[in-house]
Amino acid sequence: MSDESTENAERETHHDDVAPRANTDESREGLAGPLPHERPTPQGRRNKQGIRVDPEVEAEHEPRRAVISVLVTHEPGVLSEVSSLFSRRQFNIESLTVGATNDPDRARITVVTEEPDPGIDQVEKQLRKLIPVISVRELDPDAVRRELAIVKVDAENPSEVAAVADMYDARTVDASQSTVTVEVTGSRQKIEGAIDTFGQFGIREVTRTGTAAQARGTNRTAGTASETATTEAVEAAHATDGGEPVDEPDATNDTDTDHQ
Amino acid sequence: MTDPTETATDGGAAIPDPDATTTDADPDSTAETDAESTPADEESTAGSPAKAPVRTGADSVVRALENAGVEHLFGVQGGAIMPVYDSVYDSEMRHYMMGHEQAAAHAADAYGIVSGSPGVCLATSGPGATNLVTGIADANMDSDPMVALTGQVPTEFVGNDAFQETDTTGVTAPITKDNTFASSPESVGDDVGEAFALAETGRPGPTLVDLPKDVTQADTDREPGPARPPDTYHVHEHAEDDAVAAAAEAIETANKPLLLVGGGVIKGAASEQAREFAMDYEIPVVTTMPAMGAFPEDHELSLEMGGMHGTGFANMALTHTDCLIAVGCRFDDRLTGGIETFAPDAEVVHVDIDPAEISKNVQADYPLIGDAGTVLEQLQDAVTETPPATKWRATCKQWQSEYPMDYAAPEDEPVKPQFVVEAYDAATGDDAIVTTGVGQHQMWAAQYWTYTEPRTWVSSHGLGTMGYGLPAAIGARVAADAEGKEDAAVVAFEGDGSFLMTMQELAVAVRENLDVTVAVLNNEYIGMVRQWQDAFFDGRHSASEYGWCPDFAKLAEAFGAKGITVEDYDEVADAVEDSLAYDGPAVVDFRVDPEENVYPMVPSGGDNGQFALEADQL
Repeated sequence: MSDESTENAERETHHDDVAPRANTDESREGLAGPLPHERPTPQGRRNKQGIRVDPEVEAEHEPRRAVISVLVTHEPGVLSEVSSLFSRRQFNIESLTVGATNDPDRARITVVTEEPDPGIDQVEKQLRKLIPVISVRELDPDAVRRELAIVKVDAENPSEVAAVADMYDARTVDASQSTVTVEVTGSRQKIEGAIDTFGQFGIREVTRTGTAAQARGTNRTAGTASETATTEAVEAAHATDGGEPVDEPDATNDTDTDHQ
Repeated sequence: MTDPTETATDGGAAIPDPDATTTDADPDSTAETDAESTPADEESTAGSPAKAPVRTGADSVVRALENAGVEHLFGVQGGAIMPVYDSVYDSEMRHYMMGHEQAAAHAADAYGIVSGSPGVCLATSGPGATNLVTGIADANMDSDPMVALTGQVPTEFVGNDAFQETDTTGVTAPITKDNTFASSPESVGDDVGEAFALAETGRPGPTLVDLPKDVTQADTDREPGPARPPDTYHVHEHAEDDAVAAAAEAIETANKPLLLVGGGVIKGAASEQAREFAMDYEIPVVTTMPAMGAFPEDHELSLEMGGMHGTGFANMALTHTDCLIAVGCRFDDRLTGGIETFAPDAEVVHVDIDPAEISKNVQADYPLIGDAGTVLEQLQDAVTETPPATKWRATCKQWQSEYPMDYAAPEDEPVKPQFVVEAYDAATGDDAIVTTGVGQHQMWAAQYWTYTEPRTWVSSHGLGTMGYGLPAAIGARVAADAEGKEDAAVVAFEGDGSFLMTMQELAVAVRENLDVTVAVLNNEYIGMVRQWQDAFFDGRHSASEYGWCPDFAKLAEAFGAKGITVEDYDEVADAVEDSLAYDGPAVVDFRVDPEENVYPMVPSGGDNGQFALEADQL
């Protein structure tokens, strides 16, 4: 920059803190410096989730299904806030149920999502950011999970329908000359098994609720106390609690057996 | 305020110890409010004795703003917001009537950036509210504190597709920190106070209160309670000690430590702590674009801005660091490039007040959830040894000399835009505030201005809103004047395309006699698009080339502003001087080199370390 033009000299008079950086090399395109391939390159690499990985054994996180319970203030618009969060951030959502709790000011949303671990982590954190959300918790795999399905089938063989219904503890809730409608409650696998089996009679319609879920025993589902304060206590409590992750009515202090 | 205990605990205006969070950024307002309220009748309301009692929901809205220390409003009138404006008529708050609601939102946003306290914008229902949307989204992307108040059709008409009805809370839910539909005249003031508190607490962001006309018109004498965030909102200020200790150990043993300063450092008023930390432990510093000014760019540890159009040396440092201490940043893709190649050898210490930012895009090995300043102080205490990074600092220095930020400026070619930026920088003080639109001019303003102070760089980072510059300059000017910085220059760099999107706001700048300088870096192109078309679309200039541009100087004169046109290098110095010296809005149309491109450049999703210095390297 020794041969500054007169304009550059003019500029000089203004400056004290800023050195003129223009050069007058007319032939040059772009900026100076070693070319990309001449530069040192780092050894490491990250995967798509931004986690540093050994480039030799690059492994992606596999999605898994998680049941997340969300306690929210019972007010208009909360459900749409939660559901739009899922669509906006492209979280996979398998089912979402919402209902009142024993506290009239609180509602509980149960979300079943399928994401890799970092995604599930993000789902929980983003949910916590919503102002009407009071607490968020992923339920343990052994949590009580229930769905309800209403299945309407052709009633050509009412007694066979009744026999299958019996197998699945399903209740007949409506019948006509040509249809039988049954209500099945239970785990997702049971519901799917039931629908599959009812298929032999010719299914006219199915209506399903999605999963409602609750932690077992004294564990909190998603309590009203501060999340951070309770999470560890809950986890500690859970270590002593060997809940069976099967579809049996359980002897907990809630009303899990009300489907019978 | 009817409940004196509430006032006492939350520092409403009636006691001389106002809540720090609502007033610390605006000492003048504090002093003024105190002076007025100290002799106030104990039986009277929270405001000054001169203030009329609350009679309507709208009065309550205005009172809530006054109680929060608001002094300036930016907005546009309209049917459903009229009751609120009628109450504003009696208030001491100064209202700036903007040309378009988008500009009201940008002005409020910029006001929030410069002052640190939420800017407030108002609009009516329907188109007023939807016109705010771009500005709200912009504030949301950049976590700027802002409160939007929108009129709404009367509650009984909501859902009927009434005249000027829009589901404003529905439309703005994804782009606000929180929004509320005011349901009662008794609580509407509390809703506004809560929105204000929420906008500035924790990670800042825009909030909105939708105000149906029946609610603002209805009678109420209830004084709103103090502005405070809802009970369900919790902020962690301190990081956990164990986590801090672990991070400190990683920092102490790092051979190539790098401090990545994000916009959260400015929002958290943590520039001092960041400077102290970097200087004490001799750690080189890269800033994200929103953080420019948090660390002085003329300091020897500064590597300036990183990312897509960041400096070569910043991107080399980001690529080779073994310990990245990221404070208040969200690892936007314009910073990281392809995530696979971002700081691939680094253990990441991530400080953020928003837990959801931790490991969102880049996994944090040492997550530290808390306020930027508080956690930096914790780290300052926990780190006891300077990392062994003498060689690393020398490497960074070498990169600085290998990849200089200069440009060819042959005399026989049109003026280089970078030259204009440098000329304004040289002619203004460190306290000068730069605002920009979005595009090439924004990048040159980022690259070639040397930022040394926080809150002097006001731009649309995350959303990339063309037309942001002038309305932002208006908000910045008002905020700077309110802080007694009347002498600080406010320079809006705009592109020709960007400026044309909101230039009607010159009418506001002239009417209000706001001293702002608009430097239009006019290349008669949507320049960044043209650059990308040349690089990635075989030079096919689809819808980026006008071939004709209005005469900006004449337009400025028609608005009543000063207009100057610059064609040659030898006119630059005088134009810069005259435009800055002019008391009032001035527009300089710099006819710059239309072929100039922004480099260095990391193409979208590219490797930061492989930044291109010219088109052939892309």
